[in-house]
Amino acid sequence: MTPVLELEAITKRFGPLLANDGISLSLGEGEVLALLGENGAGKTTLMNILFGHYRPDSGEVRVMGRPLLPGRPRAALAAGVGMVHQHFTLAGNLSVLENVMIGSEPLLRFRSRRAEARARLLSLAERFGLPVTPEARVGDLSVGERQRVEILKALYRQARILILDEPTAVLARPEAERLFETLRGMAREGLSVIFISHKLHEVMAASDRVVVLRAGRMVAERATRDTTPAELAELMVGSRVVRPRRDRRASGDVVLEAQAVTLREGETTRLDCIDFTLRAGEILGIVGVSGNGQAALGRLLSGLARPTEGRLLLDGQDLSALGPRTLGRAGLGRIPEDRHAEGVIGDLPVWENATLERLREPAFSSGGFVRRGAARTHAQSLIERFDIRGATPDTRTRLLSGGNMQKLILGRVLASGPRVIVANQPTRGLDEGAIASVHARLLEARAQGAAVLLISEELEEAVGLSDRLQAIVKGRLSAPIAAEEADARRLGLMMAGVWDAQNAA
Amino acid sequence: MNDLLGLFLTASLWAAVLNIATPLIFGTLGALLCERAGVLNLGIEGIMTMGAMIGWLTVYGGGGLWTGLLVAAAAGALLGLLHAGLTVPLGLSQHVAGLGITLLASALAAYLYRLLVEIGDLPPTIVPFQPLRIPGLSDIPFLGEVLFSRTPPTYLALVAALVLGLVLARTPLGLAVRMTGENPHAVEAQGLDPVRIRIGAVVAGSALMGVGGAFLTTAAFNSFFPAMVQGRGWICIALVVFASWRPGRALLGALLFALFDAYQLRLQAVVPGVPYQLFLMAPYLLSILALTVVARRAQVPEALMAPYRRGER
Repeated sequence: MTPVLELEAITKRFGPLLANDGISLSLGEGEVLALLGENGAGKTTLMNILFGHYRPDSGEVRVMGRPLLPGRPRAALAAGVGMVHQHFTLAGNLSVLENVMIGSEPLLRFRSRRAEARARLLSLAERFGLPVTPEARVGDLSVGERQRVEILKALYRQARILILDEPTAVLARPEAERLFETLRGMAREGLSVIFISHKLHEVMAASDRVVVLRAGRMVAERATRDTTPAELAELMVGSRVVRPRRDRRASGDVVLEAQAVTLREGETTRLDCIDFTLRAGEILGIVGVSGNGQAALGRLLSGLARPTEGRLLLDGQDLSALGPRTLGRAGLGRIPEDRHAEGVIGDLPVWENATLERLREPAFSSGGFVRRGAARTHAQSLIERFDIRGATPDTRTRLLSGGNMQKLILGRVLASGPRVIVANQPTRGLDEGAIASVHARLLEARAQGAAVLLISEELEEAVGLSDRLQAIVKGRLSAPIAAEEADARRLGLMMAGVWDAQNAA
Repeated sequence: MNDLLGLFLTASLWAAVLNIATPLIFGTLGALLCERAGVLNLGIEGIMTMGAMIGWLTVYGGGGLWTGLLVAAAAGALLGLLHAGLTVPLGLSQHVAGLGITLLASALAAYLYRLLVEIGDLPPTIVPFQPLRIPGLSDIPFLGEVLFSRTPPTYLALVAALVLGLVLARTPLGLAVRMTGENPHAVEAQGLDPVRIRIGAVVAGSALMGVGGAFLTTAAFNSFFPAMVQGRGWICIALVVFASWRPGRALLGALLFALFDAYQLRLQAVVPGVPYQLFLMAPYLLSILALTVVARRAQVPEALMAPYRRGER
């Protein structure tokens, strides 16, 4: 069988960084290939070369045996290569149909053939099970729907080879499963698919073949049925990665307590009469499908929202009226859900982000001036202590990878010696190595007597780290259960909103 | 009181509205086209001044009136190319480049005028566009005088609004322009070149601004003086926001502002005793008011003023 796509000895440098080092791979018709690797392994660079966003320093891409003109997305499109970008290339103010049609007609045509385009879009949507409303404004769609539009855009241009860059990074679990079903269906119709991922379970579930990249090199190629998640994990990281597990230890006194807290914003009730207690030296896991009030809980505990009813106590003192800064001073550290939007200010250097929350402390300012030397030293020590790679105190924070950015945020929180840590989805989007290090740090804080509230959608993570678990469903919180009593069935029921107060620990 | 309202029933008021609105329509459409592609063009004030000067100069030097408009358009396009060159491939600040163009073009227009034209006690004049009475239609009472007895550039402005509206909404090129203003990366990912689309839109938009300027010297008036654009360019920039970046509403906005202006001129005559400066302020105040009411829910092109650099996200 001739491969539909071949990459031969692709090499690409960005300054001193060798992003792709002589990578060769091929793709067969109707095949689903997973490109597996940690963040920064060079997966996206490789696909951007394939699609013509970048020009390789050396090497060649061939589609159906014919060399592809490098550095021209137009050539890739014409050859039948379609790409679904991780950061969607859509215009929020325009309609679905307009987003799909752009570039598909000669520019100087007197009038767009919208009716024709609409019919073709709908028939594609029908054929591949990707329902869309052509007239809908893209900005009003959910992330999952936007991804559908992005895929349809490629299909509309008659892509025979579909590249998806971390397609599940923005999707919830059920949506991701539906996506992979769709991709399987496409492969059955003869389309060839490459998807980038660093999630092992996806790769195992959805691919025929896996190519593993590490530090810009291709380190392995396996037929999916001949490999195991453990082997892939090791290939990907280069050594065995084991997520740390919690040891048993007695917890201390109650530090943080919510008493019948309700949070209403406008007409909607975000949190509905929730209760929890959090003790020193323990991790309390709040599990649930995203969109059930986790964001509101995070806002509440960072001082961005005030309870409408009920009380929030820290060491028995009401802190309902405190804002973000006073909460921080009271010993509450936070790891926000969206690190780009709330965790760091991307365009500021690392040292400013490391000290932003503490700029009023005498250690970092005197007489109204920032003590830059002290702040830089502090940032440097965080970089060393928390193994923040690719960073100096003066690096623009935006340039850090997700995992290293998260280490910076974590380091910033832990260095201030907080009594309570609110960690909201602390490992979302991170690769396996970074997840293990975040987990280790949280457990370390727990061992030192901090009280940790862990809000997470990843069950494995929540069960592995937490002493006790509560489920959040539609803004309500279940009674806590001990982690030892949590099995898949019980957690499933809890997350579906079926909980039994009598049974609770 | 009756006098004040009665003014609205006079055909001469509405005829004046169309005359005052014409340069604003051209300017607003031009600025709108630039912004739809993602480029703010604050060079407009200078481009209109240059258009006014060079359009007039062409006629004064013996060229035809239409040639004058054409030369003004070409001069606008050239200044637009400069603005596009600075802001699109080089990605410089659109504000700074635009203001620079305005300073450059205004000064250059005044300088060339002084250099090339001999000025006596009164500024030299040309024979401007005369009203073109459209046969048949201009005989309709009231409407005939208001709408169908205007100078040709006014008709051209109305047609331009219609054409630009259709092009943006209905053609592949229009979609490409709009998409470039929303997300140039999406344009590139679909095999088009956002840099060329932006340059093209800025050049075409600036040509429209040049024609708007030339209307002042070849139709509204018959001579040129350096301060004659009088902030109309800035009004156009505001009208684009008022119009929510839609050509139809831009036309409406220009007419509304012109109505305020024409009305206050007449009020000055009807209501004596009130300092005329207060009346002069009125259209601007009303515009600000309209802007706050209408433009709050406007859909700003998402990539407006964001320089596009290839391979950077």
